[in-house]
Amino acid sequence: MSEPPALGRDDVAHVAGLARLSLSEEELDTFTGQLARVIDHARDVSSLDVHDVPPTAHPLPVRNVLRTDDPCPGLDRGEVLAAAPDVEDNRFKVPRIVGEAP
Amino acid sequence: MSPPASGPPASGPPASGPPASGPPASGPPASGPDRAEWETVVGLEVHCELKTQTKLFCGCKNAFGDEPNTNVCPVCLGLPGSLPVLNAFAVELAMRIGAALHCEVRPSSFHRKNYFYPDMPKDYQISQYDEPINVGGWLELPDGSRVGIERAHLEEDTGKTTHQGETGRIHAADYALVDYNRAGVPLVEIVSRPDIRSSAQARLYVTELRAVLVATGASDGRMEEGSLRVDANVSVRRAGAGAFGTRCEVKNLNSLRSLGRAIDYEVARQVALVEATGTVVQETRHWDENAGRTVPLRSKEEAFDYRYFPEPDLVPLAPGSDWQERAAGAVGLLPSARRERLAGLLGGAPTPQQVDQVHVVVGQGLDDLIVAAVAQGAPAGLALVRAANELAADIGAALALDAGTFGSVVEMEGRGELTATQAKAVLAELLAAGGGDPAKIAAEKGFEALSEGSLAAVLQGVVEAHPEEWARYSAGEEKLAGFFTGQVMRATGGKADGKAVAAELQRLRQ
Ligand SMILES: [Zn+2]
Repeated sequence: MSEPPALGRDDVAHVAGLARLSLSEEELDTFTGQLARVIDHARDVSSLDVHDVPPTAHPLPVRNVLRTDDPCPGLDRGEVLAAAPDVEDNRFKVPRIVGEAP
Repeated sequence: MSPPASGPPASGPPASGPPASGPPASGPPASGPDRAEWETVVGLEVHCELKTQTKLFCGCKNAFGDEPNTNVCPVCLGLPGSLPVLNAFAVELAMRIGAALHCEVRPSSFHRKNYFYPDMPKDYQISQYDEPINVGGWLELPDGSRVGIERAHLEEDTGKTTHQGETGRIHAADYALVDYNRAGVPLVEIVSRPDIRSSAQARLYVTELRAVLVATGASDGRMEEGSLRVDANVSVRRAGAGAFGTRCEVKNLNSLRSLGRAIDYEVARQVALVEATGTVVQETRHWDENAGRTVPLRSKEEAFDYRYFPEPDLVPLAPGSDWQERAAGAVGLLPSARRERLAGLLGGAPTPQQVDQVHVVVGQGLDDLIVAAVAQGAPAGLALVRAANELAADIGAALALDAGTFGSVVEMEGRGELTATQAKAVLAELLAAGGGDPAKIAAEKGFEALSEGSLAAVLQGVVEAHPEEWARYSAGEEKLAGFFTGQVMRATGGKADGKAVAAELQRLRQ
């Protein structure tokens, strides 16, 4: 397995941007150090020989948790819209969207 | 508003190599602006809303056209602490689709696709990523060509966003309004292999796939209501070239017509680009139906970094073989078999018009009504015509109509108790009222049957009143048939059947 490149400050800034977090220069330095330690830990784990261990999709040994297709009442619309920042025509009013849905 | 782009096949490089299964698609000859030395390569992603009672991960109603934000709950609104639970019937329908498309059902899992856009209040969409429920398969088209199926996976739909502003155009909008009734509605996304070679074949593929989805009971197939949505991955290459060209993904294809036009436009654009600059830029483009062209979507590069990760609130899905078999057994007759069944009922070689009508009724899921009507004694040809025209004009009401009721109307028309016009009026009334007694409706409308005997009597009276015209008609002046028919119609208040009058005229003349 090839070693992934070390985590840089630019990577942290990029990930923060994706999560819509605005970090100060100082915070960028702090989190670059902290995230690097997290990734080092993951690297320790990936150094183990696990070729005979099946991949795990979930920590619980449970599959097929399902419900029947029966409707149940939801929330009262008035209550829902009361939590919206702004409302028009019984819909959530949101700022202009630049571009399209991804 | 188009739904979020699909999983990995949409963001990766174009697949290369021959289809995994089935012979390579040959398809009909290229249409549109293709030039002989260029080949069109299309792969389609079809999003199909499943016909469940409830959403994919919560018990909110899955209904089109309800009052905004009335089918919402903490799960589909993404409120803290809420947990998704998978809808078993959505899984069942996904497996039916897989079985109809000859896919393999695999153990699967769900991922979060993260993005910031107000159509999903959670800021992520739950979708299947590297482990889809259905893998591999193919769809055979009526022209005999086969299109490979890459995968057909489960995911949730997004809320409906309406852009508000002077022009209604996205880029000019001042703000947007969101209705979350659709957020969380179950979808199956069917990703084809890049086996399609023309816009005509792309339309044929979507038409046939829609018929399959309707036949399996998975979808109502209504493109106009957005329950079926198509994105097209289009590229061009020189004829005979092995490698695919760079592709563009075209969104906002809301009808078969849009699909065909957009592919033709995109092929012409890409051919011109390659000839002029040697290259096409890979991007997502939006089809503008009014302008008849595709335009690039403004998107930040990082908008496509979805940071997929396993959905920790859902456990893996691995339907047992008994459930898989039950789902496959519920698929029922596929469109090709349904078309054959109708052709058998019609007997003999169908006319081109009947072939079209058969496609319409099978595509809309109306063929069971015809089969029931014929079993009850109605003439097949007439049942087909009424289904393809009158029933297809109001699908929702037609599918709710009792088969026996439809059969009765066609039988009455077949026996000459109703004229074509009267039969149409009775059907319209039945569809509008959601059912009823055809004989009673006919009586209320004053459509009493004009018996053969009384028609003969009326005609006899008309002939006696116009001896000169009758002599000329008897001598072979055919256009006078129209005169006599008109006289009979006047005498009967329009209740006579045109065909019956014509037959009676012939009989009298001999
Ligand atoms: Zn809900």
